[in-house]
Amino acid sequence: MFRRERSIPLRGSAAALCNNLSVLQLPSRNLTHFGVVHGPSAQLVSAAPEGVPLAQRQLHAKEGAGVSPPLITQVHWCVLPFRVLLVLTSHRGIQMYESDGSVMVYWHALDSGDASPVQAVFARGIAASGHFICVGTWSGRILVFDIPAKGPNIVLSEELAGHQTPVTDIATEPAQGQDCVADMVTADDSGLLCVWRSGPEFKLLTRIPGFGVPCPSVQLWHGTVAAGYGDGQVRLYEAGTGTLHVQISAHARAICALDLAPEVGKLLSAAEDTFVHIWKLSRSPESGYTEVEHCHGECVPDTQVCGARFCDPSGSSFAVTGYDLAEILRFSSV
Amino acid sequence: MSVRTLPLLFLNLGGEMLYILDQRLRAQNIPGDKARKVLHDIISTMFNRKFMEELFKPQELYSKKALRTVYDRLAHASIMRLNQASMDKLYDLMTMAFKHQVLLCPRPKDVLLVTFNHLDAIKGFIQDSPAILHQVEEIFRQLTEVKCFFLLCLWQTYGGLSAGEFQLIRQTLLTFFQDLHIRVSLFLKDKVQNSNGRFVLPVSGPVPWGTEVPGLIRMFDSKGKEVKKVEFKHGGNYVTAPKEGSFELYGDRVLKLGTNMYSMNRPVETHMSGASKNLAPRTQENIAPNPLAKEELNFLARLMGGMEIKKPSGPEPGFRLNLFTTDEEEEQAALTRPEELSYEVINIQATQDQQRNEELARIMGELEVTDQPRQSASKGDDLLAMMDGL
Repeated sequence: MFRRERSIPLRGSAAALCNNLSVLQLPSRNLTHFGVVHGPSAQLVSAAPEGVPLAQRQLHAKEGAGVSPPLITQVHWCVLPFRVLLVLTSHRGIQMYESDGSVMVYWHALDSGDASPVQAVFARGIAASGHFICVGTWSGRILVFDIPAKGPNIVLSEELAGHQTPVTDIATEPAQGQDCVADMVTADDSGLLCVWRSGPEFKLLTRIPGFGVPCPSVQLWHGTVAAGYGDGQVRLYEAGTGTLHVQISAHARAICALDLAPEVGKLLSAAEDTFVHIWKLSRSPESGYTEVEHCHGECVPDTQVCGARFCDPSGSSFAVTGYDLAEILRFSSV
Repeated sequence: MSVRTLPLLFLNLGGEMLYILDQRLRAQNIPGDKARKVLHDIISTMFNRKFMEELFKPQELYSKKALRTVYDRLAHASIMRLNQASMDKLYDLMTMAFKHQVLLCPRPKDVLLVTFNHLDAIKGFIQDSPAILHQVEEIFRQLTEVKCFFLLCLWQTYGGLSAGEFQLIRQTLLTFFQDLHIRVSLFLKDKVQNSNGRFVLPVSGPVPWGTEVPGLIRMFDSKGKEVKKVEFKHGGNYVTAPKEGSFELYGDRVLKLGTNMYSMNRPVETHMSGASKNLAPRTQENIAPNPLAKEELNFLARLMGGMEIKKPSGPEPGFRLNLFTTDEEEEQAALTRPEELSYEVINIQATQDQQRNEELARIMGELEVTDQPRQSASKGDDLLAMMDGL
C-alpha cells in the first residue's frame, strides 16, 4: 500500500514529454534532486526527505537560429564514477552542467545537415555508461561523450549507428562491475531496441525489432531489457539474445516512463492512462526464466502522467509528474 | 517539435468555431439565410486554395496570440461582426474544446479521426441550405474542388506518418495548449471538466484500437512457448475496442470527439475566474519584450495573404453576434477579463520596418473586407491597426 505524501510545487507545469522526471538521490546529504521539463525551460528542485522544497533553479535551452525559443526534450542526471553531471537535451543541442545546474560545462550543437524540412531536429535519450555519457538524436544516431573525472574537457568520442528513427530513451546496466556483456540498451520511435556493449568502442550486440509502435522508455537490469511501448505493453527480453520472456498488458494508453529500483528488482511503469504500476522482477530458480509479479497499482486521477521515478534504492517511494501539473506528486509505502 | 501540426490545429479549431457560431446564430434568432451566408463565407475562406497552400507548408506552430488574429479575420469574413469580448470567448471555447479532444484521443493518430469528424460536419453546414440555391450550388462546387485539394494535402501530409511521428504531433499540440484551464459550463455540466479546470480522464471504456485490455502477464520460455499466464488487477474498467475508425473519405469514424456537442442548443458560457493559478509562465510570455513579433507578423501576412475575403453579392446589412446572453454580460466580460488571459498582441513598432509595412500593405490591398468597423486611414494600415487594436 502506498499513500500520497506532500507534493513539491513547481514554477512551471510539466510538458507532455516522455521520461519527464529525473531524480538524483543523495542519501548521504539527506537530499533528493528532481528535474522536470516545462517547455523552453527545465526546473530543478531540491527537497528534504519529507518533501520540503529547499532550493530551485531554472535552466533554459541555449538559443540558436530559429523562429521560436527552442524546446527542451529531456533533463537527466548522469552518475559517473567520479562526478555527477546534469544533461539537458533540446531541439538545438546538448547542454551539460555540474550536478546542481550552476555551471554549464559543455555545449554540443546538433548538426541538422541532412534533415529534410519536414523533420524535427532534436536530441533525446540520455544515459551514463562508465565514464561515458550517451545521448540519442532525431536521426537515430547515438552520440557518445567521453567525460573526464573533472573539468570541462568533454569530447565526442563516437557516433553509434543502429537506429533509423528518432531515439526515445537509453538505459544502462546499473550494476557496475557485474559480469554483464550487454550493458546498454537504446530505443526508438519505431520500437526497435539495440543492445550494446560499452567500451572504448561500443559494439552492437543484438537488435530487438519493434512491432509498429514507439518504445518511449527502456530499462536494463541484470541482463534483462524492460521496454515500455506506445500500446501500453511492457515487455521483458533477454538482452544477449533478444528473446522475449515476459509480455504484460500493463496499461491502456502509451507508456511514458519506466524506472528501476535495482537493489530489489522492482520496475515502475507509468502511462498516459493515469496509472502507475510497480512490478517485481525475479528469476525462477527452477527454469531460470524471468518472472514478473504485479505489486501495486496507483491511479493519479485525471492526470496524463509524463514522468515517474523511484525516490529511494529500495523502491519504497516514488514520484510522478503529469502534463499541465505544476507539482511533483510523491508516494511512499506504508 | 513537429512542423506538420498547423493544418490539424487550424482545421479543428475552425471546425469548433463553426459549431459555436452556428449555435449562437440560432440562439440569437438570426434569420436562416443570413446565418447560412455567414457560415458559407467562413467555410469558403477557410478552404481557399491559396490559403491551404500556405497552411500546409512545413512550419512551426506560432503563439496562441498569432493564431487568434487569423481566427478574428476568419470570423469577420462575412457580414457578421463580433466585439472583442465575444471574440475572446469564442477563441477560449474553441481552444478548450480542441484541447479536450487531443487529450482524450485514444491513439495519437486518432487526431485525424477528430479532423474528419469536423470535416464531415462542415459538409453538413453547406448541404443543408434551401434559400439561395444557385449560390449554394456554386459554393458546393467550389468547395468540392478545394475540399478535394484539401483532402489531397491532408493525405499527402499525414497519410504516411508513423505512430512515432503522430506522437510528436500530439506532444506539439499539447505544448500549444499547456496551462490553459478555462472552465466551460457545458464541460462542467457534462462532467467532462472538473471545477479546477482540468479535464476528466476516464479510466473505463474501450481501449485504443491495437491495445490489449490491461490485466495480463504472460511468461515465455526461450523457445517462445507460453509457460505461465497470470492476471493482475489493473484498476481501470476497460473493454476491447469494437472496431477501428475509418480514415477514408467517407466512413464511420467511431470516435465521437470532434462531433458537434452544441447541437442541443445549450448555452455556451465560460468562467474566467479560477483559471489564474498556473498562469505564471503565460504572464511571462505576455509581458516580456517579444522578439518573435516580426516572425509572427511575417507568418500572419503570409497566411492571411492567402485568405480571400469574398465580396458580398448584394447590399447585405451586417449584424453583430454576441457570444453572451445579453449585451450587458458582454460588456461585463470585457471589463473583468483577467490581465493574463488577454490576447493582446504586443504593440508592434509600425515605424521600424517600412519595407515590411509596404509588403503588408500590398497583401492587404488584395483583400476586400466588407463592413470593416474600424475607421482606418488606408487599407495598408488595417492589418497593423487590427493587431494593435486587439
